[in-house]
Amino acid sequence: MQTLVLALAWFLVLNLGAGMWRVLRGPTAADRMLAAQLFGTTAVAILLLLAEATGSAALRDVALVFALLAAVTAVAFVRRAWPNPGGGNDAG
Amino acid sequence: MTPGDYLSAALLIIGGLFFLAGTFGLLRFPDVFTRLHALTKADNVGLGLTVAGLAVQAESWAVAGKLLLIWLLVLLAGASVSNLIAQEALRRGIRPWKR
Repeated sequence: MQTLVLALAWFLVLNLGAGMWRVLRGPTAADRMLAAQLFGTTAVAILLLLAEATGSAALRDVALVFALLAAVTAVAFVRRAWPNPGGGNDAG
Repeated sequence: MTPGDYLSAALLIIGGLFFLAGTFGLLRFPDVFTRLHALTKADNVGLGLTVAGLAVQAESWAVAGKLLLIWLLVLLAGASVSNLIAQEALRRGIRPWKR
């Protein structure tokens, strides 16, 4: 059982590696942000799997923090950090 | 392995497949809106099945409840974030993909 859980954690890490392609390519900033969101969720899953495999309950708290941070990051991106295509003042 | 182990293993593996599908969708789909669709499958179903598989194995009800809470938080965050990004993308004139 532990072998399966660890193998799945590795599988999810490989998924993260594949997702890096979208971060590098874009084309828009939103696409990169979506990849980062997927990374956040995958990281939560990896941490939960590791908490089960290694028996350290603290990793579940880390997963909880990751879930919170992913949400805050995305809201900050939409409201503040999304680059303006025109480059001028943000009139909207 | 006990029956609970088999159930847990099946849930975990199916959850992993949903994560794979989400990553594939993110890489292959043509625009922001379709990629949002792929992303939310991994968020909701992939993590949900992973959490379910781990909750079957959990040593106490408190741990299972915590796993469930983490999943609910990701669900809420994912729903509101998808809505925000899609709205803002539309407002900025990113056209939804048409064949």
